Amino acid sequence: MRHIISVVLENETGALSRVSGLFSQRGFNIESLTVAQTNDPSLSRMTIVSTGDDRVLEQIVKQLNKLIEVVKVSDLTSQDHIERDLMLVKISPTKKDNFDLKQLVDVFSCKIVDVTDSTYTIEISGKTKKINAFLDAFDPTSILEVSRTGVTGISRGKKLI
Amino acid sequence: MKLNGAEILIDCLQKEGVEHIFGYPGGATLHIYDALEAQEEIIHVLVRHEQGAAHAADGYARTNGKPGVVLVTSGPGITNAVTGIATANMDSIPMVVISGQVPSPLIGNDAFQEVDAVGITRSCVKHNFLIKDISEVAITVKKAFHIATTGRPGPVVIDIPKDVTINQMELEEYPETVKMRSYKPTTKASNRQIKKASELIANSQRPILYSGGGSVIGNASKELREFTRLLGFPITQTLMGLGAYPGTDELSIGMLGMHGTYEANMAMHDSDCVVAIGARFDDRITGNLAKFCPSAKFIHIDIDPSQISKNVVADIPIVGQTKQVLQALIEELKDEKLEDISKWWSQINTWREVDSLAYKKKPGVIKPQTVIEILYEVTKGEAIVTSDVGQHQMWAAQYYLFDEPRRWINSGGLGTMGFGLPAAMGAKIAMPDKDVVCVTGEGSIQMMLQELSTMLQYKTPVKIVNLNNRYLGMVRQWQEFFYEKRYAMSYMDALPDFVKLAESYGHVGILVEKEADLKPALIESLKQKDRTVFVDIITDPNENVFPMIPAGGAHCDMLLAGRDDMVSKDETDFNAV
Repeated sequence: MRHIISVVLENETGALSRVSGLFSQRGFNIESLTVAQTNDPSLSRMTIVSTGDDRVLEQIVKQLNKLIEVVKVSDLTSQDHIERDLMLVKISPTKKDNFDLKQLVDVFSCKIVDVTDSTYTIEISGKTKKINAFLDAFDPTSILEVSRTGVTGISRGKKLI
Repeated sequence: MKLNGAEILIDCLQKEGVEHIFGYPGGATLHIYDALEAQEEIIHVLVRHEQGAAHAADGYARTNGKPGVVLVTSGPGITNAVTGIATANMDSIPMVVISGQVPSPLIGNDAFQEVDAVGITRSCVKHNFLIKDISEVAITVKKAFHIATTGRPGPVVIDIPKDVTINQMELEEYPETVKMRSYKPTTKASNRQIKKASELIANSQRPILYSGGGSVIGNASKELREFTRLLGFPITQTLMGLGAYPGTDELSIGMLGMHGTYEANMAMHDSDCVVAIGARFDDRITGNLAKFCPSAKFIHIDIDPSQISKNVVADIPIVGQTKQVLQALIEELKDEKLEDISKWWSQINTWREVDSLAYKKKPGVIKPQTVIEILYEVTKGEAIVTSDVGQHQMWAAQYYLFDEPRRWINSGGLGTMGFGLPAAMGAKIAMPDKDVVCVTGEGSIQMMLQELSTMLQYKTPVKIVNLNNRYLGMVRQWQEFFYEKRYAMSYMDALPDFVKLAESYGHVGILVEKEADLKPALIESLKQKDRTVFVDIITDPNENVFPMIPAGGAHCDMLLAGRDDMVSKDETDFNAV
C-alpha cells in the first residue's frame, strides 16, 4: 500500500542523509522524497512516498521518530489530506498526437510555459495519477524530458501536523 | 579568560564527570592531547589500536554504567574505531566518541587523513555531530552525553575539525541541562497498558518471563527479582540479560535461544503468556518466527518503541524504562490473585530433567565446558567475565551462572571477535578491585592481541582463559552440521606460543594440557593479583555447543548433545543465518 509520510525535522546539514540512509539501511523503499525549509527557518519539512503493509509503515514511522533530528512524523494517507506533484515536461508532438495541444492543456488545467519552433514546455500540478494521465495522452516518442518534484502534501481542515 | 577549543572540550569533559578516556593521538587531535596533558582530572589510557579504545570504553561502560569516552584522530583513527562503535550500538551501550577532523577549510578536499566521519558512522551510532564553530563545542558535548545516556543508550560521535580546537573564545558556563525539541525519550509507561498487562499476567496458565539486556542497562535488576519472586514465574534470560536475575535461583530456567537450555526453549514454545522485559526478539532468540511461541500472547516492555512489533507483534506493548515499568507492575499485581501454575512448573521440571547442558568427559582431553565450570568454582561465581565471540562465548554463558548484573560482558548483537581483551581492560579500570577474566579462543584473541601492551602500561591485571581448540570452533561446528564436514578455512594453523607471547609482553603465561593441571593453574592465575596471566588451555578440538536450534528451526526442534534421536530431520534453512 502507498503511504505519504510527512516529516518535520531540524533544518541541519546531514538531516536529509540520515533519513535517506535510514530507508536504504532498513530496506524501506522510497517512491519520492521532497524537502524544503518551512515558515520556521530552523525546520525543514519532508514528504516521503513509500509502499509497504501496515507493519512496514509502523516501523518506518517509529524508525523516523527515533532519528534525533526528527521533530514530528505523520502518515498523511491515514487522514483527509491534499497531495500535489509538480511536473515540467518538454514535448515535441508527433503525427500520432492528433489532438489540439491547447485543448489538452485546458482539460488538465495546466500551462504552456515555454515554446520553441519544435518543442513545448508544459507545467502541470496535481495528484500523481493526473500527471501520469497527462503523460499517457502523448505518444511516448514525443516526450523529450520530464522533471517532477515528487509528492508534497498537507492535511485538510484545521488539523496541523 | 580565553581558551582554545581543545581546552574548552577538556573542560566540558571534566564537568561531565569523565574520569577515563581511551584513545590514540594523531595530527588532527594534537591540540586536544596538548590540553589533556595540562590537566590531571582525566586519565588517558593509550591503547595500541583504535578498535581497542572503543571496546575498552565499551567494557568500562558495561561494567560501571557510566558512558565510555573515546578519543581518536581523523581518517584511519575513526575508521579503526568503527567496529567498536557498531558493537556498542548493537548492544545499546552509552559511549561518546570524539574524533579529530581535518581543518574546516580542507573538509571535502581529500586532505591527508580525511574521511567523512559523520557519514561513515551514521548508520552505527545513536547520533553524531560535526562541530563547525568553537561556540558549538560546549553545547554539543552536553547534547552528546545526554543522548548517549538517556532513553535507549548508544554511542554518539563528535567530529571536531582541527581549527575548531585551535581557535579561541571566552569560556562560557557549561550548560547544566539541555532541552531538545526533537529528542524526548519516553520514560513513564501508560497506566492503561500496565493494567491490561497485569490482567493478562494474572490470568495466564503457562507464563514465562523473558528478560534481556534492557534489564541490565536499565538497572532494573532489583525490580526484576522482586517481580519474578512475587509472581513465582519461570524466568529465562537472553545472552545480553544474564545476571539481572540470579542464574542460580530456582525460578531461573537458564538462557534461551539458539544455544539456550532445553527447558527455557520448550517453556517459550508452550507458553501462553510471554512477558518480554527489555528484550528485542532477536533472530538468535526466536529461531523460525513462523513457529515461534505458537500459543502465546506477548507483553513487550521496551524503552525503544521501534523494537515493539518489529519481529513479533506485541499484544500489549509497554513503552518505558524497565525499572519503572516493573515497579508499576509490582504495584498493580502485589495483591492480585494469580492462577495456580504448579502443573506448568512440573512440566518445566520434567524438561529440566533432560539436563541439556550435560556433556561427556573424554579421558586425555580437556572439555571446554569443564574449564568454565572450574573457572566458576575457583572465582566463586563472582568474577567479571568478558568474552570474545564463538563457541567459548556460548560455553561461558551456559556454564558460568551470573548472579549479579554487569558481570557478563560480551558482544551479543554484533558478535565482534576481538572484543573480549580490550573490554576486560576497560572493565578492570572501571572495577579495579574485582577479578576480571577474559574467556576467549585462539581465534578471537589474535584480533586484539596488541592490547596486552596497554594492559602492562596501565597495570590492569586480567586473567585470560584461552580455550585453544585450534579451530574457529563455531564455524567448524556449522561446517560439520550443515556443510558435510567441509572445513573451509576454520582450522587455525601456525599458532604462536601463547606463553612466550604473554611473557614477551611482560605478563605471565601458563600452558595447560592436562585436566589435572587445570584447577591449579586457574587458582594460581587468580593468586597473582597484580599480574595479567594468560592461561592457554588446550581443549577438545571436536567439541560442539549444545543444545542447538539449527537456523530456521523452532524452539521445540533442539539438537541435544549425544541424543541423535532428538535431532530434527528438517532441512536446514540456509536463508536463516
